[in-house]
Amino acid sequence: MSALHLAVELDGRGAHPGAHLVDTPPLTRTAWSDTAGSDDVGPERLRRAVAAAQDAGVTFVTFDDSLTPAPAGPALRVDAVTRAAFVAPVTSRIGLVPLVHPGVTEPFHVASQLASLDHASRGRAGWLVGSGDVPGARAALDRPVAAGDDLRDETADVARTLAALWDSWEDDAVVRDTATGRFVDRERLHKVDVTSGGSGATASPATRDVPDGVRAPFSVVGPLIVPRGPQGRPVVVARAGVLPGTAVDVALVGPGADDDARLTAASLAGDSWVARVAAQARADGAPLVVLDLAVVLDTADAGAPARAAELDAATAPLPGSAWASAARWSGSASGLVELLLTLRGVVDGVRVLPAVQDVDLAVLVRDVLPALRVARAVPTPRPGATLRDTLGLARPANQFARGA
Amino acid sequence: MSTATGPSSADYPRPHAHVHLGVFFQGVNHTTIWSDPASGSQIDFETFREVAQTAERGLFDAFFLGEGLRLREQNGLLHDLDVVGRPDAITQLSALAAVTRRIGLVATQNVTYNDPADLARRLASLDVLSGGRGAWNIVTTDNSWTGANFRRGGWLDHELRYVRAAEFVEAAQALWDAFDDEGAPVEVRYAGRTVELVATPTVPRSAQGHPVLFQAGDSPAGRDFAASHAEVIFSAHGTDHADALAFAHDVRRRTVAAGRPEDDVKILPGTQIILGATPDEAREKARWVKEQQVTPATALSLIGQVWGEDLSHLDPDGPLPEHDPVVKAIGETRGTPRPGRDAVAVARAWRERATEQGFSIRELVLDQERQRGFVGTPSSVADELAHWVRSGASDGFNLTPWVVPGGLDDVVDRLVPELQERGAYRTEYTGTTLREHLGLRAPVPHRRTLVTADA
Ligand SMILES: Cc1cc2nc3c(=O)[nH]c(=O)nc-3n(C[C@H](O)[C@H](O)[C@H](O)COP(=O)(O)O)c2cc1C
Repeated sequence: MSALHLAVELDGRGAHPGAHLVDTPPLTRTAWSDTAGSDDVGPERLRRAVAAAQDAGVTFVTFDDSLTPAPAGPALRVDAVTRAAFVAPVTSRIGLVPLVHPGVTEPFHVASQLASLDHASRGRAGWLVGSGDVPGARAALDRPVAAGDDLRDETADVARTLAALWDSWEDDAVVRDTATGRFVDRERLHKVDVTSGGSGATASPATRDVPDGVRAPFSVVGPLIVPRGPQGRPVVVARAGVLPGTAVDVALVGPGADDDARLTAASLAGDSWVARVAAQARADGAPLVVLDLAVVLDTADAGAPARAAELDAATAPLPGSAWASAARWSGSASGLVELLLTLRGVVDGVRVLPAVQDVDLAVLVRDVLPALRVARAVPTPRPGATLRDTLGLARPANQFARGA
Repeated sequence: MSTATGPSSADYPRPHAHVHLGVFFQGVNHTTIWSDPASGSQIDFETFREVAQTAERGLFDAFFLGEGLRLREQNGLLHDLDVVGRPDAITQLSALAAVTRRIGLVATQNVTYNDPADLARRLASLDVLSGGRGAWNIVTTDNSWTGANFRRGGWLDHELRYVRAAEFVEAAQALWDAFDDEGAPVEVRYAGRTVELVATPTVPRSAQGHPVLFQAGDSPAGRDFAASHAEVIFSAHGTDHADALAFAHDVRRRTVAAGRPEDDVKILPGTQIILGATPDEAREKARWVKEQQVTPATALSLIGQVWGEDLSHLDPDGPLPEHDPVVKAIGETRGTPRPGRDAVAVARAWRERATEQGFSIRELVLDQERQRGFVGTPSSVADELAHWVRSGASDGFNLTPWVVPGGLDDVVDRLVPELQERGAYRTEYTGTTLREHLGLRAPVPHRRTLVTADA
């Protein structure tokens, strides 16, 4: 039976948009919530939550993000790449996958930031590809931001640009040849000369009159300012359909409009929608398929149904948000273990969206992951392994290398 | 270089001033000797960790990272002789924040090819996660050659670079302050000539209020920008005391004219320190360092820059080319030593000097490379540094080690104790934020007097 990778989303107080609005029951307070107190965005909560996930054997964590305050969810939040970088040198096994939106951040800066994260983490960086509209981005950035189908096309162009920039240094470009005085071999550094699709003028103050949603073309010359990272390219994680399958390393899947998002071990028997969407993502070219699972767990204070009702009453999840697009599970820790064991072989992994970090992540690391380890259902990331190593993904060949 | 046997300390305008030290990790030029066996990886995180932790052991104020958004070229080819390739500054400094406790973390970031809402947010993020140790070295590189890597190519008129910088900073400051009394974010609207935005921040204020603002740029417009907006200048006046003092006077005059107290802008010149047990040993080491920095290939590259053509085929131990440069002005190649100067005049002066002295190409280039910074024993250099800050020529120094990661060790182990003995250096960190280390006031927009001065 193949192993199941466990990933966890770790933004703010929890993945449910109402997480920051409900009181955490005192009995379930954890190491990270105690010291962090009410500080949702400070360094201590972050450091401790990631350490807890790493200790429990989680394969990678994701950090949700948005340039502007999310319409529902926490008002305060620290930039995701910055958070991932902060925990990089104080962790050794866990993958760090921040969300960056391709329509928002400059492609050249994204490539530099994620390559730097890959170096600082010794090969544990990933890119969670942001998708969907970012309300207010146009006004904040003073340029039109692509939307709809244009955004999908632009996302593909940005991913192509990043892949090229990550390859613009061959692995052995730094030669330090004292005989000739050359630090680098310039034959092993490459311009990328990428031009995106889109129409009209490139972004500038002159595009102020262009309607929002129009896709202004961009071009990037390269090479990148950062040498190629330990993984060659950081692991690209994207919701299925956001990028062409071949541009993705890990496709995140969830239920379609007509599927019952609530999963039970029994519902996975036979032809489940999970098997169907996983097969589709694989057919589209994704090497690994990971199911997004929104989780509310029983605690000593309250049962999962009551907690879920309280959270939904605090803020109903917006359609299209990660929480609303995920499969659902609420109940006991042992029930979740059973469900995850059943998902082995159907998908390559599950990204758990813990409703409330202090509560659900605590149960996850205390009860769920240890049980999966005992059942030998999850891999144990080795210290020093890259995220690609842990996921069993090959290091990508360099598109510019001679003979490639 | 000045001598330290100046006035007795009572005569100094600032007799009790402390030397503030920063370390500038690896500029992209031939200062860093990569060929030395002690030279570590230029990209492995461990090298950065070691330098930052050494600096923190030496009670430095700050660790700096530079930025260059396009790899340098010369005569159309990627420059291959110097250290090249470095991490994104904010990303790397955020990682360093987790393995340091007190030292300030300064990210050089460009205003032409960043979006204010995005950059302000990333800087605030570094500041929050580091517990109030973040800073931004504001640079204005605006050429379209660099812009070819960005969505808005070479969109900004060079004359507007500091208009953009000022508007960018004001918009960033507005975002850093946009919280109501309950700490809830409020919307910011900013409309200028080069920045127009409506945005609501998500990152709360840090322990030091705002990231500290550094500026590096020497033109009159750059100095005025620093006088009105910056809190620290990373200057290029770090070798000659009289030159540094004149620069400091000029900056103080501009600072007062901008409605600020004259000590509101601190000055940290970039410089290099070479220490020896005796004056002779220090001089010998300085000569050796220069020879390592100016390799035969680098000497040919530097004359190639003046002549405007690839001269790497010449013999570095042979004579200078007999023909005149093919270009009028020395190219704007990044890192050029004398950008924009009359190439033919420079070449002729160099040929004259070489003929007079019987210099080969490399000897001539070594002769032309002036000795930067301070060379001497720990005691004599400590005297000089104390003299600089007490006389008001600078508030400290931003050191570029000639080798990393070990190049800072003797400064920390041998020079810092000498400074401490002279009462010119802290013996422990007394604050937790960079603003406190540097003795800075509250962020400029938080001060009523300045708000009225601006109005
Ligand atoms: C000491 C010093 C260090 C600098 N470091 C950088 C740097 O790391 N990256 C960069 O893009 N520009 C750097 N610059 C360039 C300037 O900040 C400035 O943007 C440019 O020189 C144009 O401004 P000016 O016309 O006022 O000189 C540096 C300048 C000085 C004086």
